Amino acid sequence: MYNLLAQTDGNGLAKRLAEAFPPPTIDWPSILPIALVVCTGIVALIVEMLRPRQNNNAIIGFSLVGLFFAGLSLTSQFASPDLESFGGMVLRDRFSLTIQLLVVMVTGLTILFSDGYLRAKRIPFGEFYPLVLWSASGAMMMASSKNLLMIFLGIEVLSISLYVLAGMSKTETKSEESALKYFLLGAFASAFLLYGIAFMYGATGSLHLDAIRSAWNPNDEAFRNMMLFGMGLMLFGLAFKAAFVPFHQWTPDVYQGAPTNVTAFMAAGSKIGAMAALWRLLSASTTNVDLGATFQSYWMPALFWIAILTMTVGNLVALVQKDVKRTLGYSSIAHAGYILVGILAHVNNPEKVGIGTTVFYLLSYSLMTIGAFAVVSLTAKNGKEGTRFEDLHGLWKRSPFAVGCLIVFVASLIGIPPTSGFFGKLMIFNDALASDLMPLAIVLAVNSVLSVYYYVGIAKAAFVDAEGARTPESAPMNLGLAATCLLCAGGIFAVVILFNPLMNWLVGAP
Amino acid sequence: MGDYIAIVILVGLAAVICGAMVSLSFVLGPKNTTPYKQSPYECGVQPLGDARERFPIKFYLVAMLFILFDIEVVFLWSWLTVFKNADLAYQTFSFGAVMVYMVLWIIGDAYVIRVNAIDWDETTSLHPAKLGEPDPAALPVTARDLELVGGAR
Amino acid sequence: MTTFTVLAIVAVLAALGVVLFSSPVRSAICLVVNFFVLAFVYFILNAELLGITQIIVYTGAIMVLFLFVIMLLNLGGPQAWKERREFRTVLGFGFGAALAGVIASQLITHFREHSRPFADDGYGSPQAIGRVLFTQYVWPFEVASVLLLVGIVGSILLAKRKL
Repeated sequence: MYNLLAQTDGNGLAKRLAEAFPPPTIDWPSILPIALVVCTGIVALIVEMLRPRQNNNAIIGFSLVGLFFAGLSLTSQFASPDLESFGGMVLRDRFSLTIQLLVVMVTGLTILFSDGYLRAKRIPFGEFYPLVLWSASGAMMMASSKNLLMIFLGIEVLSISLYVLAGMSKTETKSEESALKYFLLGAFASAFLLYGIAFMYGATGSLHLDAIRSAWNPNDEAFRNMMLFGMGLMLFGLAFKAAFVPFHQWTPDVYQGAPTNVTAFMAAGSKIGAMAALWRLLSASTTNVDLGATFQSYWMPALFWIAILTMTVGNLVALVQKDVKRTLGYSSIAHAGYILVGILAHVNNPEKVGIGTTVFYLLSYSLMTIGAFAVVSLTAKNGKEGTRFEDLHGLWKRSPFAVGCLIVFVASLIGIPPTSGFFGKLMIFNDALASDLMPLAIVLAVNSVLSVYYYVGIAKAAFVDAEGARTPESAPMNLGLAATCLLCAGGIFAVVILFNPLMNWLVGAP
Repeated sequence: MGDYIAIVILVGLAAVICGAMVSLSFVLGPKNTTPYKQSPYECGVQPLGDARERFPIKFYLVAMLFILFDIEVVFLWSWLTVFKNADLAYQTFSFGAVMVYMVLWIIGDAYVIRVNAIDWDETTSLHPAKLGEPDPAALPVTARDLELVGGAR
Repeated sequence: MTTFTVLAIVAVLAALGVVLFSSPVRSAICLVVNFFVLAFVYFILNAELLGITQIIVYTGAIMVLFLFVIMLLNLGGPQAWKERREFRTVLGFGFGAALAGVIASQLITHFREHSRPFADDGYGSPQAIGRVLFTQYVWPFEVASVLLLVGIVGSILLAKRKL
């Protein structure tokens, strides 16, 4: 065995291996955005190493510049043809570019408002920025591959950074609790996902979704069973990451305990990554008729009920929450349900329903969620942070601008007409009707009405005058936070005004 | 599989010899115990406290860093076994890949050294400049500070 | 096949020991045995690199961490591990057994038809994996290094940085 590689005859293992595995084709532009984000993280870490005794402004500057260039390299590839390189590990298509662009945007917005908040909380570690950037690169890897191995690695890079970031506020028990809960349950979900991937690999001998699809053979009972188990276990794992009911129990605790800027990134970036992976997995089954039919009969009913449960439970439980971050956590669960409806509509009828709805909803959801969390982060002061509704009291006196933006975010989360939230929901509603998912459309509409109550509660809390005993000092409003609020609030209207050109640009002609 | 028979024999021999040493001395050795003999030997002094003491987290951190580097080495090892006899295309390509990998590793290492993660004393507290506050070391010493120092004495 | 049966029985017994012993140190020793036997299972499956990695990383390094945790938390003796018998425990066992039962009932008969107890010679050798890892799987390999970097920075941020 050991000498096989040194053999020179034609049957040597070395020769066979060399023939079977030549160096892969490389397409540098398709990995450039991810490489840029990772390198930006490294640069940020090096800056932190070089200047540990100075403020984080240089790190933030480098991070934002790096993200800008990553976004630039993504948009410059919009016209390029679809391409797989690195032995099928990296895929460049419109979907991957768009999702990566969303992740880059979300990361930029999070970093923009982070420093003021971290200083107010007295945890301004320079390591926060590299970890957020690497986490974002994980989400980008998930979006830019059809290979299950890469999807898994992407999830791990995304989550392991987030486990650390969630526990970053070490003096708070809640933050530690949040990190530990997230880690234990997340590791469990990763195990499920990996077990599912193993089943799929065992059945087909490949990790690539296209190869798995073309290997589908419904007549072989063993094969079919393994694929169904694999699919089911993978859906468990992804449903956990995307926080679908009944895999959502971690969400409110983790969202509440983690530092607010981390929560914002978790709610937007991590969800985008999970949804992208889910979309890849589900849409792989649509183009094969046999597989599609099997999928329809086995997994469609399950996902259908998961969508209904996710929307309903998320909204109902949010009604009774006393904590703004928990409320927003449950709201993010409900929104995950809406997005799932959009994905299911596509899977159910891929000819009529494209990816436009999902992408638009993810975009508008990230803008309003990050904005809302950014405003909530204003409650932090001198290392303490109150996130109950009472803690928002009097905010309109301290910072009318933030409250103005909060109203925009709340209106968009509810889905009041001129905002992007309304159009997002309308598009999902239409898609659900177009692909014969009438019940889901109705549940979505009913839930939107239900959600008005608690969203208005958030806005109302900001307008109540603070009681004498609890009068906080002036709000630590800062430039970064103001910029984030402005960008998010402006974006919510901008994506509506520029709807047609934007969608043309993001997902191509509809 | 056949190549590893020697290793299996080695492992088996080691297990037999170690097992024999421990079990035979346990079985054959004279047992003449007194409570004093049973107590832990601590340089002739009366043992203090429990043998199971809580460890500082530093040990754990060092172990964790060791595991991370351990895993990195495993990857390199599979590369080294094939690199020597491989064709030039593979050699150049994989060399580039490993260099990227090594650079990331070295950056991690540099970070470990820079933040004194493996030093035994606590020197990694957050600098006040990060919080946007003046550095207390740079401030002039006030009468109040001296008073505090005196008070402490 | 007989080698496998012997190893499998030892592995299962050791795994049961991990769960059933009330002393954490004994559980950890059982885990060492389990990891070690698993490495041998990998060897007879011709997955040599995996077997050696199992011994180096798991039996060598991960076990050290486990023992450290036991010492860090000062889990004195069995009395520290008295758990209340809750209906949830029973429920958990029930669900676990049900899942295992479902998977087994659907797959075991097929696995018996299709099973191959080992891979081709050289399939899992360091050379083969080195070849594949640095060509076909070079991108996941680089991503793994990012993951390790995240691990280094994250563990230091959590364990060492003080306020």
